[in-house]
Amino acid sequence: MAKLSLTVNGRSYSVEADPETPLLYILSDDLQLNGPKFGCGLSQCGACTVLLDGEPVRSCVTPVSEAAGLEVISIEGLGTPEDPHPIQRAFIEEQAVQCGYCISGIMLYGKTFIDRNPNASEQEIVESLTGLLCRCHAHVRMVRALKRYAQEVRA
Amino acid sequence: MRPDNSPMTTDALAALEKAGFSRRGFLKGAGALIVGFRMTGGAVKLAAQTAPGVPLDRVDSWVAIAQDESVTGYSGKCEFGQGFETVQYQLIAEELSVPLDRVKLIYCDTSVTPDQGVTSGSQSHMAEFGPSGLRQALATAREALFRMAADQLKVPVDQLTVQDGIVSVKSDPSRQMSYGQLVGGNKFNLALNSRAVPKDPAQYTILGTSVPRFDLPAKVTGQAQYVQHVRLPGMLHGKVVRPPSVGAKVVKVDESSVKSLPGNVRVVVKNDFVGVVADKEWQAIQAADALQVQWSDGVALPAQPDLYDYMRKQPSRDAYTVLSADVDQMLGQAARVVRATYLHPYQMHGSLGSSCAVADVKGSGADATATIWSATQGVYPQRDSAAMVLGIPRDKVRVIFVEGSGCYGINGADTVSYDAALLSQAVGRPVRVQFSRKDEMTGGENYGPAYVVDLKAGLDDKGQIIAWDYESWTLSKGGRPNATTPGNIITGALAGFATPALVPARGNPPANFGNNGNAAPAYGSGCVGATCGGTGTIRSERVLTHTIASPFFTGPLRSPSRLQNTFANESFIDEVAAAVKADPVQYRLRHLSDPRLIDVLNAAASAAKWDTRASPKPGNAKTGIVTGRGISCVLYEGDNGYCALVAEVEVDQGSGLVTVKRLVISQDSGPVSNPDGLRNQMEGGVLQGMSRALREEVRWGDQAIASTHWRTYPVFQFGEPLPVVETVLINRPDKPHMGAGECTITTAASAIANAIFDATGARLRQVPFTARRVLEALGAR
Ligand code: FES
Ligand code: FES
Repeated sequence: MAKLSLTVNGRSYSVEADPETPLLYILSDDLQLNGPKFGCGLSQCGACTVLLDGEPVRSCVTPVSEAAGLEVISIEGLGTPEDPHPIQRAFIEEQAVQCGYCISGIMLYGKTFIDRNPNASEQEIVESLTGLLCRCHAHVRMVRALKRYAQEVRA
Repeated sequence: MRPDNSPMTTDALAALEKAGFSRRGFLKGAGALIVGFRMTGGAVKLAAQTAPGVPLDRVDSWVAIAQDESVTGYSGKCEFGQGFETVQYQLIAEELSVPLDRVKLIYCDTSVTPDQGVTSGSQSHMAEFGPSGLRQALATAREALFRMAADQLKVPVDQLTVQDGIVSVKSDPSRQMSYGQLVGGNKFNLALNSRAVPKDPAQYTILGTSVPRFDLPAKVTGQAQYVQHVRLPGMLHGKVVRPPSVGAKVVKVDESSVKSLPGNVRVVVKNDFVGVVADKEWQAIQAADALQVQWSDGVALPAQPDLYDYMRKQPSRDAYTVLSADVDQMLGQAARVVRATYLHPYQMHGSLGSSCAVADVKGSGADATATIWSATQGVYPQRDSAAMVLGIPRDKVRVIFVEGSGCYGINGADTVSYDAALLSQAVGRPVRVQFSRKDEMTGGENYGPAYVVDLKAGLDDKGQIIAWDYESWTLSKGGRPNATTPGNIITGALAGFATPALVPARGNPPANFGNNGNAAPAYGSGCVGATCGGTGTIRSERVLTHTIASPFFTGPLRSPSRLQNTFANESFIDEVAAAVKADPVQYRLRHLSDPRLIDVLNAAASAAKWDTRASPKPGNAKTGIVTGRGISCVLYEGDNGYCALVAEVEVDQGSGLVTVKRLVISQDSGPVSNPDGLRNQMEGGVLQGMSRALREEVRWGDQAIASTHWRTYPVFQFGEPLPVVETVLINRPDKPHMGAGECTITTAASAIANAIFDATGARLRQVPFTARRVLEALGAR
């Protein structure tokens, strides 16, 4: 057990944990966040995605010790139902969700890529999501939502 | 879950108590128990409340109107991402003429919602819009409200009108009363009236429009609480330790192997059920990994490559869907007989999130109570079967649905609920069990079963089909649990409950035509005795299914049997069309009689700009990349939604890789409740169907399942070329409601196989169409 300081969605936390504990369990069980979710635990699906100093990572295979001292952002950190982030608004406007379990991966990988490449083509956007799964197969709408977000970033 | 979903406030708790919830012993003084209960809006005085039994025939079981004018609906149909929660909001607002934001919905909780069985099988629309569902309760309530208003305002009912929950006199709108005033904090105290007249769908203003999903703002901002997020005070984390091979039994569990691990590890064993509990999730994972269990050998499994031959040779339970007396005679006198065999593998539901549940089992003996938070499709069946597993009376068990990852049928949701319940009972604390990916794929799911389908068609000298002969073999073990069969799912069986054995039996001629599994083709007249229930013209049909014992647990998978049978039937009609050099759409039309099926077929073909000609496509080279188009159509379950699909594919004849370029789907499910929601279901269904057609197959070795994660059970992923998906809706406000969520998935494999044939002249008769199988088929041209 070790004492670790975490900054998550702009707030500081101190947690006591085995430093090897995957970050996901700390976020979900200890900090009670619902955004990053357990899908596979094997870095195969993306449901657990968070941003670590601005880079999307799979929190199911990231030891919490690696996150200490860095800034962690989950989808909760982007916006709220009352005041959604533009990318969240794009997903609502396109109704681009079914169960929503996969959303952290699609949203955070998509956002990171589009913020850096606002002029990306549809194909490039799709490719930036390589390795992510949505088992409701809401792919078509999700890509539409990301294109809408890209439009907004460009504007 | 509503956007403002949050743990219960004390206000809301007080309101619940007032409304009679405190009568339920297991709720006493246990505020945390209601975490995850979908209740919004703070302190709401509920005017009416359902009795513990929640009788289906009482209006108060379905709807309550509070003095603050809020309307609360209670329903047994749950949300899995299919959008039916939003449709139910629309239905309540529409039928009672109140604004959507005044509506609340509480669904799938055995202590407060009516027992509507399971949310499955595209039955939700039929149930809630049917003669004994939510709509009928609302219509009864509406008529009662009008009667109350007529009394109070002293005018005849037909002089009244309603808007936004205010009933007023037509000639003098200043004379009015609100629903809240009329009900005055009371119950309706009324039986459901089967003669109450629901609104005419032609008058709908809320149903039939694309109301945005209520659950999405919370889902996209990470606020939504899934069952994975139910967190109770004092809750521990459990993990299961499953047998390493199918059918292995516990020989010895060495508890000392985890003694030194942190987290107050406890080991729980009940027959062959093994689990561990620890303070923290990570500790429980490590303990489950470290626990030394000696298992017996598993049972011998049929070698995977021989599965389909093996299936034909086992003792079977047989059933006829239709059996015309003259099939052999017609085949004998046919000018030509076309034959083919189709193979479909076991497939997983493959939910993205591994299943999870939380249980809190308290006390023992007669005083025991249990609360289970579960993403089950059926809270009541789970309540009853979990009561058996726990050995406590069913009225002491409460099951509260909390949404999980989309399920597509019976994934691990029920079995993990038993796991959590058994562990909680053993340790006397609330326990959360989160499956690992391997737990879900090898020890959680009831797979969709494999199928072998032999088809024969007899043709006359004009190429018209005069006889259709279907014979199939499939497998079964377990299924959905009900009150007496916890052994239908894995944990129940491990804990010692028998899985009902499959009893071989000869099939009898059917008493009536029920094409529930889509085993009969769309082109048969479905005549049994004097009545014909089919959608086609072929009068001579035999449809015989043999079911054998499965080595693996099986259960409904979107869409059970229809997926496999529609692949076979809709591929075969294409083969026959090609054999007589007919256009696949025209040839289908030659054998169809149902105008609605004809309409969806034409709608998809015309939206796709179908070019009318026989397959394969003339002029395509035998090498390199070629393109083609294929079609498929079905009346789902014989009475539950029409759809048709055109698939356009590209086949790389060098590598065997198939890329689907475009999917055009049409659907007629009667009145469309939410056009955008329906499109969402059609799109997701057809893409999941494409994934199943191209990639998915459960694999196993000598004794164990080898598909343990997404690399060994590959599915269609982001990053792969995404087809263009187009949808065509046929709205029929004058027809009864039908299912919407499961039609398109059943047509994907056949439309794609037919498109591959069109492109290459090679026929794919075995799902999935992997590159290797495509190359084999190309080689066999
Ligand atoms: S849960 Fe982390 S990638 Fe699947
Ligand atoms: S929306 Fe269900 S997994 Fe993506």
